[in-house]
This record gives sequence, C-alpha cells and structure tokens, in this order.
Amino acid sequence: MAQLSSTLLYAAFITYLIGTLFFAMSLSDKKEKVASYSKRWGRIGYITSIVGFALQLGYFFTRWAASGHAPVSNLFEFTTFFGMMMVFAFIILYGIYKTNALGVFAMPIALLVIAYAGMFPKDISPLIPALKSDWLKIHVTTAALGEGILAISFAAGLIYLIGTVKQEKSTRETKWLEGVLYCLLCVLGFIILSVTFKSAGYEAVYSFTGKNGNELEAVYQLPVISAPADSAEVQGGFGPLFEAPAWMKGENAAVKLNTMIWSLLSGGILYGLLRLILRKRLAAAIQPKLRNINPELLDEISYRSVAIGFPVFTLGALIFAMIWAHEAWNRYWGWDPKEVWALITFLFYAAYLHLRLSRGWHGTKSAWLCVLGFVIIMFNLIAVNLVVAGLHSYA
Amino acid sequence: MEKTIICECGHHNPPGTLICQSCGKPFADAKENMEASMRYEGTARRSQTYNRTAVDKIWNFFSSVKVGIWIIVVILVAAAIGTIFPQEMYIPQNVDPASHYESEYGNLGKIYFLLGFHNLYGSWWFIVLLGMLALSIIVASIDRGVPLYKSLKRQKVIRHDQFLKHQRLFAQDVKGDLGTMKIALKEQNYKIREENGSLFAEKGRFSRWGPYVNHVGLVIFLAGAMLRFFPGMYVEEVLWLREGDTAAIPGTLSEDGQYYLKNEKFILEFYDKNDEQFKDALQNTSNPVPKNFQTNAVLYKSDSNGTIGAGEIKKVKEGKIQVNKPLKFDSFSLYQTDFKMDELNAMSFSLVEKESQKKVGAFEVDLINPKKKYDLGNGYSVNLGKYYPNYFLEDGEPKTKNNVPDNPAFVFEMISPESTKKEKAFVAIKNNIEMEGNRYKVEFAGIKTKNLTALTVRKDHTLPIVSLGGIIFMIGVVQGLYWNHRRIWIKEKEGGLWIAAHTNKNWFGIKKDLQKLSDKTGIVMPEDRTAAKTA
Repeated sequence: MAQLSSTLLYAAFITYLIGTLFFAMSLSDKKEKVASYSKRWGRIGYITSIVGFALQLGYFFTRWAASGHAPVSNLFEFTTFFGMMMVFAFIILYGIYKTNALGVFAMPIALLVIAYAGMFPKDISPLIPALKSDWLKIHVTTAALGEGILAISFAAGLIYLIGTVKQEKSTRETKWLEGVLYCLLCVLGFIILSVTFKSAGYEAVYSFTGKNGNELEAVYQLPVISAPADSAEVQGGFGPLFEAPAWMKGENAAVKLNTMIWSLLSGGILYGLLRLILRKRLAAAIQPKLRNINPELLDEISYRSVAIGFPVFTLGALIFAMIWAHEAWNRYWGWDPKEVWALITFLFYAAYLHLRLSRGWHGTKSAWLCVLGFVIIMFNLIAVNLVVAGLHSYA
Repeated sequence: MEKTIICECGHHNPPGTLICQSCGKPFADAKENMEASMRYEGTARRSQTYNRTAVDKIWNFFSSVKVGIWIIVVILVAAAIGTIFPQEMYIPQNVDPASHYESEYGNLGKIYFLLGFHNLYGSWWFIVLLGMLALSIIVASIDRGVPLYKSLKRQKVIRHDQFLKHQRLFAQDVKGDLGTMKIALKEQNYKIREENGSLFAEKGRFSRWGPYVNHVGLVIFLAGAMLRFFPGMYVEEVLWLREGDTAAIPGTLSEDGQYYLKNEKFILEFYDKNDEQFKDALQNTSNPVPKNFQTNAVLYKSDSNGTIGAGEIKKVKEGKIQVNKPLKFDSFSLYQTDFKMDELNAMSFSLVEKESQKKVGAFEVDLINPKKKYDLGNGYSVNLGKYYPNYFLEDGEPKTKNNVPDNPAFVFEMISPESTKKEKAFVAIKNNIEMEGNRYKVEFAGIKTKNLTALTVRKDHTLPIVSLGGIIFMIGVVQGLYWNHRRIWIKEKEGGLWIAAHTNKNWFGIKKDLQKLSDKTGIVMPEDRTAAKTA
C-alpha cells in the first residue's frame, strides 16, 4: 500500500507537469489565433490537471490506509497536501474564470511546493500522543485548503504584475518582481541539487560539541560550505569553505545554513543563465506571452481567491485550531509561534480586505499585497517549523 | 453647524451627504468617484460631518478605516517580534529569565528581555493595542452601518439620471421590452420593484451586513477573552500526583463539596521499533517515540461543605486521562500535562555490625513521609535524626533544595542493646560519613520508585462567550464574502431604456448576470467604464 501510494504521487507529479506544459501551449502572443487554439489547449491542460489531482487523491487515501491516520502529520505530508490543495483551488477558480494564464503560473508553483515536500523524510511515521485526535485531519486539512486558495491569489497577482509592470526601464518595481522570480528559482535550484546529490548518495558528517556539552553529529546531504563551529570532519569530501558562526547553536543550524547558501547560489546561477540566454529581465521576457490577458480579470481573480480563502483559512487555522488546542493543551490560545503566525496571516489578509474594500487598493497595490501574503504563508509553513520551532515542530 | 443639503428634488439631506437620499442625484464630488461614493450609499457619516468637539475628534479617529488598518499592522508586527525568541512561558521554569535570554541569545537576547519582549503578549501596551482595535471596530461599524442600513431600507426605484449615468456598468437608450426583462431577472433570483415604467432589481442585500455581523462577533470574542481576568470565570491549576496517592483537586472547592483525585497508575508507552507499519521511520530516530501518556484515575467528592477531612468522601467515577482526552466533570476538565517517571519513593537499609559484617536488622524509609523511629527488634533501633530530600552542600552545611526526593540524604542515629550511646552517621547517595568509633553502620539495600503524573485542572466559563463570538464572526465573514449585493436599475427615457448596474464586489459575477439578461432579451450589454478606461 505504501509503495502504491508513492507511485501515485509520482504519477500525479508528472501529470501536473504535463498539464502545465499544455497550459503553456495555450498562451499565444498573436491576436488572431487566440480564440479556438487557446481554448483547446486550455481545456486539455485543465483536464490533465484534474486527472493529476485524482491521482494525488489516490496517493492521499492509500497513504492514509497504510499509516492508519490522515497523512498530514509531518512536513513531507503536510507540504504535499498543501500543494494538492493549491491544485484543488486552481481547479475551482479556473472553473469560474477559465483563464489559461492562471494555469501557467499556479500549476508550476504547486509543483514546486510538492517537489519541495519531497525533500523531507518520507517514511510513514506513527503519531505522538498530542496528534492523536480527529482534529488532526479536520484542522490541518481545512487550514491547508485555506492556504491553497490564498496561494492562488499570489499566482494571479504575479501574473498581473508580470503582465502590467512597465519593463522599458529598470525601476523599483521591476527589481522586486525579479526578486520574486529569483526566490522561486532558488526553490527550484535547491530541489535540483538535492535530487542530484541524493541520487549520487552524497553524505558528509561533522562532529561537534553541542551547547549542553554533548557530542553531536551534523549530517550533510549537500557538499559542505558551512561546517558547524569548532567541528571535526568525520566523513567528508568537498569543503568546508568556512565554519558557521558560533551563535548558530541549534543542532542542525549549520546544516540549514549550508542548505540556504546552496539554494541562494543555485537560484543565482539559474537566474544568471536565464538572463544570459534571454538578454532581458525575466519578467520582460514573459510579458509578451501575457499580451492577451485581461489585467482587470486577474485582479478580480486574485481578490476573489482571498475572498473565498480567507473564511476557510480562519475556520481551519484559527477556529478549529483553537478547539483542538483546547482539547489537547487545555487552552485555546497559547501564543505558540505557529499560532502567532497563523494570526499574523489572518491579520494580514484582514488588512488586505479593508484596504481593498474601503480604501480602493486595486490592481498593482493589491497584487503586491497578494505576493506578500504568500511570503507570510510560506514563512509560517517553513521558517516557523525549521527555524523558530515551538509546539508544532513535529517534523 | 453646516447647512443641510437641499437637492433639486426638494429633499433635505444632512450635511456630508454625497448622493441625495431621495432621488439619488450625486452631488459635486460623487460623480467623479461614483464607485467610492456607493460604498456607503453616499450617506452622511457622522465622522465625515462633525469635527469640532473632543468627542468628535476621538470618534473620527477610531472610525477611520485607515487608522483601523494601522492598528492591525502594528499588532501584526508586534506579534511577529514576539516570535523571534521564545516567550517567557516557553523557557525552562527553573532559570532566571534575565540571565537566560542573555546567555542563550547574546546581546540581542538581552535587549529583547530589557524591552520586555519576553512577555510581549501580556504587556500592557499589547493589551491596549487590542483594546484600540476593539474600539476601532465598534466605532467604525456604527459610523458606517447605521446610515447604510437606513439608506438601503428606503431605496427608491427611480434614480436620478446622473446617478445611473455615473455607474460603472451603464447603457443608454437601449431598445428592449421591460416585461421580458422582468421575467429574465426573476429567473436569476432578483427581487424586482416597479414604478412608472422603471424597474429596480436587487439581490443579496444581506451580504452588506456581513462586515457588521463579523465585527460584532469579533467584539464578543475579544470581550470573552478578557472576561477570564474576572474572578470565578477561570481556573487553571496543576496537580502533581504520585501513583496510589489521593489529593484534593485544587480550585474545585465549592459549597457542595470538594473533589479529590486518586492516581491509580500512570502509563507511558512507546512504539515498538520493529512495528511493521512504522519501522522505517522508527529505526531512523535515535529516541523512542512515545505512544501514550495516560493516568488511570478515580474521582471522589466530599459531600458536604468541604473542609478537608470533614464530610464523607464518595466515589464519583473512574476513567483514563490521556493527551487529547481530558476527564470532564461539572464545569472542570483534567488534562494530562506532564509526568515524572521513577521518582525515588522509599529507600531500604540494613544495620550492619562493622567488625563481623553481620546484619542485625533492616528498615525502610518512606521518602515522602519518613518515620522518625525504626524498631529493628532485639533492642536494636534507628532514629532518623535529619532528612534532606534534595540534598546539596552549601558552605560545608548540608541543605535541601526542596521537598522532592531527587537526592535524599539522612542523618541516622543507631541504637544497640549493648550501648546507651547513640552512634551517628550521615548517609547520602555515594557519600557516607561516619563518626569516629562507630560499631555499627547503615548500609544501603535498595530503592522503591513511583511514577508521578501532572494534571492541569481547568474551568473556563468564558468558553461559551468566546465560541459564540467565533461562530458569529464566521457567519459574518461568509455572509459578506460569499455573497454580494447586486443591483440593476432600468429607467424608461424618451430615447429608450437607461440601464445601470452596481455590485459591492465581484464585477465578474454581475457582468455574467447581465450577459444572461442580454442573451435572453436581446438588449445590448452595458459597458464597463473601468475596463474601457484601462484597455
């Protein structure tokens, strides 16, 4: 069952990838061809995405059967599920608005999220007592669905920005936009490197003394740029180029720093290569492909995603979370970092809705807010678990 | 005071009105900015009208959405700062916060502590911010909600030409039949009113109340959360209980008695490393993964006015308390919170004659409630002179840190039949000190341990209020965001029909409605003036 489950996940991943390509085919910068050509490829892309989603549902339920609990209990499972909810949200919103460009952006972002999930340990793990509750599936799935819908507002906002930001000369806006694309490339770079070195079986080990005086080992799956402070090489190869500063005391701090450096570097290399090939800013290179989009409509889609996603997110990430926290930890609110960041996400989108509805922030401003909102969601998903930690650090 | 605005239709509007509340004629600025003016139906809001007294100024400050957003943003940033380092409640209990933050996080940690960020969410200024948010929600809702309600209630079918002309969706001199349009709109669930050959179709008006409903919910929620500071609303106590012990449950004393709890057994289970289902994951971790924390407990209650010892104690029920499965009784819940395995409970010793190595007797010291005297028979006995449950040395003097027997030490006095003199010995783990010339010694023979469970006792009368607030909030948010208020005005003019449409959000949706109307009746589609502008 576990084997079948992971096969289905691979199949879903490949299907999404193909779906994305179909959507990419549907974009045309030529006015006259648009209608039927674009419609046909769009429909094929949409059907492919639905097939992929069905396959991933298959992964989800077979894994559930194999483990005996809803597979949303560690970082791999949750992040994969979040990607699946992004696809689900995309399927709904495409159903309403039939905008092919949305598929070209939302699907790759969901793909990146799912591929990124694959970098975490995939073993089926048992539930610790705190997680043994029906609220696990209720709270986590609803929260992920809310975040998935909100993520579509980011995709739509990004299309809006790439389509409308003036690219004649370099401005603050073009720089920020390139920054967003660079971040996406960093994730891609990290995934490519990890897969490469993992399949080559690379591993380096360093031993060092932890802050409680105990002997610890840092295990690297990527070549070592930053070793732990005052560490000795146990098993190595390349590097290290330098030692992490002594204040980075966490057990895996130096490994995480190393991963971070590699992500930024590989993102930089990918970005640099693309700039060399395209000879212009990435957004400027994509822009002509988006000539036929209707910015008004994308603005509407990004806002609609927030309007749909915000209540779902509130219900899942705050209300259900509070009910469960009350059952498990005997208080409905405890200012745990994950809770606080869910509240921050809520406050952020509340501010967005007020700015939009009462102060008329439409178009560019609204799109930038959607980008920022996605950054906050990803921060809560990744940084709070890996860096800040707290009660939610199960992975 | 400013003068009332008299419209050409003769209606007297209160100062600050943007759109005549009778005929719908937009005044000066409203025409240029119709979409913004429509937000509150062009009504006169108190905050836009008066700004003279201090009350006006405070009202205007808190009614501003801009101010509200700033309060949200400040709370957001403050909340984020609070997650940089762990809050005081999450650092180890036994350390001094002042030095902990500096030693763990360096100078930044020291600054964090000095600024009070280690207890950010309980600080006075954070509570004040939350209060300001609540005030802003209340004032802004009244300021807008009341005039909006009045205005929507007395909407007229026929609106002023200027009103129609400046709507975002508008078509002039359309050829079409009012009767078929009426049927087509009815099919789309519009409510229709007619007057003198003009038509007004409306749906989803209730979604306009969504924001006000959710704001009411939020205020109830915040009020409920603050209520816990009132005495009697909220109890939170921790009860540590050894296996086999019974104790009064703190915070549960009332006129009709006192609850007691017995810890029959504390159970800690781990997953088996060879478990078929999970072996891949389990064999990758160095520490065993816990499966269950459980206290088997029996609940008792004394039947009358509760002074401990008085009254008869009766069994109420027994049950398991697990993480995620609290034991509930009355308005209380008992939660499995913590545990301590294998705490020293008793130590057994032998009294030995040193020369012959012969055991002359054995005794056991209960480390929780030690006896003073131990009679070993045949004239031998041992007195417990001094007892240090958690012993340490300070300036050469033995002392105890607390009453928890983590490192017990004893001063024994040994009495034998052949001597009247008491021989003294100091006995601690791996550390025995004897007096010169002692004939006997106390030898360590064995230990007994017990497990402890920690249970949190909770009563929270604020929960129903907080839940109510949450439910109302959700209803309001869904009502406001999943529905929208769509209106279509059709007015008969000499050249044909004038059609204007407005929605408070989701223009895509209302355009689809109009497209359907156009498909059914053959009228031309009203033009979207915003889209025309940007294209």
